[in-house]
Amino acid sequence: MGEIVLSEVRKSFGGMSIIQGIDLVIPDGEFVVFVGPSGCGKSTLLRLIAGLEDTTSGIISIDGKDATKLPPARRGLAMVFQSYALYPHMSVRKNIAFPLRMAGASAEEQERKVQAAAKVLNLTPYLDRKPSQLSGGQRQRVAIGRAIVREPAAFLFDEPLSNLDAALRVSMRQEISELHQTLKTTMIYVTHDQVEAMTMADRIVVLNAGRIEQVGSPLELYRSPANLFVAGFIGSPKMNLIEGAEAAKHGAPTLGIRPEHIDLTEDGPWTGTVGLCEHLGSDTFLKVEVEGVGQINVRVGGDVPLRHGARVRLAPQPDKLHRFDAAGKAMGGAAPGA
Amino acid sequence: MAREVSKGRKAAVTLLAWGVALLIFFPILWTFLTSFKTEGEAINSHPSFLFFDWTLENYETVNQRSDYLAHFWNSVVISLGSTLLGLIIAVPAAWSMAFVPGKRTKDLLMWMLSTKMLPAVGVLVPLYLLARDTGLLDTKTGLVIVLTMVNLPIIVWMLYTYFKEIPGEILEAARMDGATLSSEILYVLTPMAVPGIASTLLLNVILAWNESFWTLNLTAASAAPLTAFIASYSSPEGLFYAKLSAASTMAIAPIMILGWFSQKQLVRGLTFGAVK
Repeated sequence: MGEIVLSEVRKSFGGMSIIQGIDLVIPDGEFVVFVGPSGCGKSTLLRLIAGLEDTTSGIISIDGKDATKLPPARRGLAMVFQSYALYPHMSVRKNIAFPLRMAGASAEEQERKVQAAAKVLNLTPYLDRKPSQLSGGQRQRVAIGRAIVREPAAFLFDEPLSNLDAALRVSMRQEISELHQTLKTTMIYVTHDQVEAMTMADRIVVLNAGRIEQVGSPLELYRSPANLFVAGFIGSPKMNLIEGAEAAKHGAPTLGIRPEHIDLTEDGPWTGTVGLCEHLGSDTFLKVEVEGVGQINVRVGGDVPLRHGARVRLAPQPDKLHRFDAAGKAMGGAAPGA
Repeated sequence: MAREVSKGRKAAVTLLAWGVALLIFFPILWTFLTSFKTEGEAINSHPSFLFFDWTLENYETVNQRSDYLAHFWNSVVISLGSTLLGLIIAVPAAWSMAFVPGKRTKDLLMWMLSTKMLPAVGVLVPLYLLARDTGLLDTKTGLVIVLTMVNLPIIVWMLYTYFKEIPGEILEAARMDGATLSSEILYVLTPMAVPGIASTLLLNVILAWNESFWTLNLTAASAAPLTAFIASYSSPEGLFYAKLSAASTMAIAPIMILGWFSQKQLVRGLTFGAVK
C-alpha cells in the first residue's frame, strides 16, 4: 500500500515561500508526474515527501500514517536521484545491497534480493563492477535497483533521465513505465520535460510558482487545460494564443488553438504568409504571419510542398478552440463565433 | 592541441627546475654532509664539499650523550596522537560545516583560521600555567592536547574542502537507504574521503613532528620529542655544528622517509579540488 496524501503543505526558505499550500491525494499504485518550469517547486515538493526537507506547515501522510516528522529512512520510500547518487567506492552489488545492509538483512537475503533486482534490470553481468565502469544508462539502472530492493511503499524519481542522451532517455522511459506495470507500486516522477510527463503518467500535476495549476490525466490536460499556463505548457509545439480583435470575435480576451488543429484550406478565414517552414518528414511545422491575428504555428502533414514566402489560407477547427478569460482561466461553453 | 615545445626550451626548464629544487634541498644536504665531518672541519672557513675525512664520531657521541630512541618515541606518540585526536574531532565538525552549514559557518571557519595567525608566544604564559596546574607539563598527554588544538584549524579546513567536493545527493541517498548519521559518516562519507583524510593525516603528522615552539616550552625531559633533542645540541657559541648536524639528521630522517614514500598522496592531497 502506498497512498500519499498532502494537506496544506507549505515550505519557505528564509522569507521565500517555495511551496504555497499543496493539497494532493496520490492513490496507491498510481504513476504521478510533477511537471513544471524550473524553479516551480516540483523537486522541493518531492524532497518534502521524501523527508529530505522539513515542511514549514501542513501534513504529509503515507499509508494513512502521519509521516510529516519522520526521518527519510522511516517513511518507507525509495528515491532515484538525477545524478544517480551511487556510492562510488562500492561495487554494483554492494550499492544495491546497501539499503538491505542498513536494515540489518542477512547476507543470504541481501544476495537473493540483489540477484533478483539485477535480473529484472539486466545488471547481472555488472554486479562486481564499480559505478565508474558503467555507462549512464547502467548507472541509472543501478540506482533503480537500489530503490527496488527496499520494496518501498512508493518510488520517488527526481528528473532521473535528464543526464542521459536522447535515445537512451526514450528507452529508459519505457523501462520505467514497464517497471511500474510489473511492480504496481506508487511512483512519483519529477520532470520538466512535458513529453516524459505525457507518455509516462497516469496523472500529471502541473506546478507553477509553488502552486498546483491543474491535476489530470495527460489527455485531460491536453484537451481541456484549466488555464493559460497549462495550455502553454502541455503540448508540443505550443498552443497558439491569440489576443485582440480575433479573440473578441469569439467572446474571450484570449483565444487558444493548438498547431495541429489548424487546417490548410483554400477558403479558410485566415490569410497569411509562410515564414519558417520545417519539414520533419512525418510532419511539417509552419510559422505563418496571419493578417490581423499575428504569428501562428501550424502543424500539417509531411507532404506539404510549401516554402518560405508562400501565401496560405488557414482554418482553425471550431470545436478545438480554447477560450480564456482576463484572469487566464478557461471559459466554459461554446464560443459565440464557433 | 598541445603546444609545441622546443628541445632547448625543454632543457632550460628542466635545468631551472633542478636548480630550484637543489637550492631548496641544499640546507638539508649541507646538514647531512656536516654530520659526517669533525667539529674542526665543520667550522672551517673554507669548507670542503665532499672531500673530507668522513667520520661517524658525531653519531656515536650523540647516541652516548642522549637517548635518541626515547625522543623518537615521544615524537611518534605526540605527532600521531595529536593528529588522530584532531581527526576524531574534525571529521564530524567538517561534516556539519560542509553538509549542514549554518549562517555563521563561513565566519566560524575564518575565525578558526585566524587563530593560526596569533603569535604563539602571546598565549605561552597562560598555557604554561594551565599545563603546570593541571599536571600536564612535560607529559605526552599535555603535548598531544596542545598540538591538537594548534593544528585543529588546519585539519578542519582541509577536511571541509574535501567534503565539499562530495555531492550532497550521495549522502541524501544514504539517508533514504536507511543509514543513520553514524553509518552515513562511517560507510559512505569516510570511504569516499579516504584520499583527503590520508593527506590531511600525513600533513599534520609532519606539522606536529616539526613543531618546536610548544614542544620546547612545555617539556623538559620525560616528554621531550626530537625537536628538544636537536635543541640540546645548539649552543650560542656554535661550537658543536657537527654534532648538531648529526642530531638534526637523525631527527628529520624518519619524517623525510615517510614523506618520500607518501609524496604522491601528499601532492594529490594538496592539489585536490583544484581541477575537477
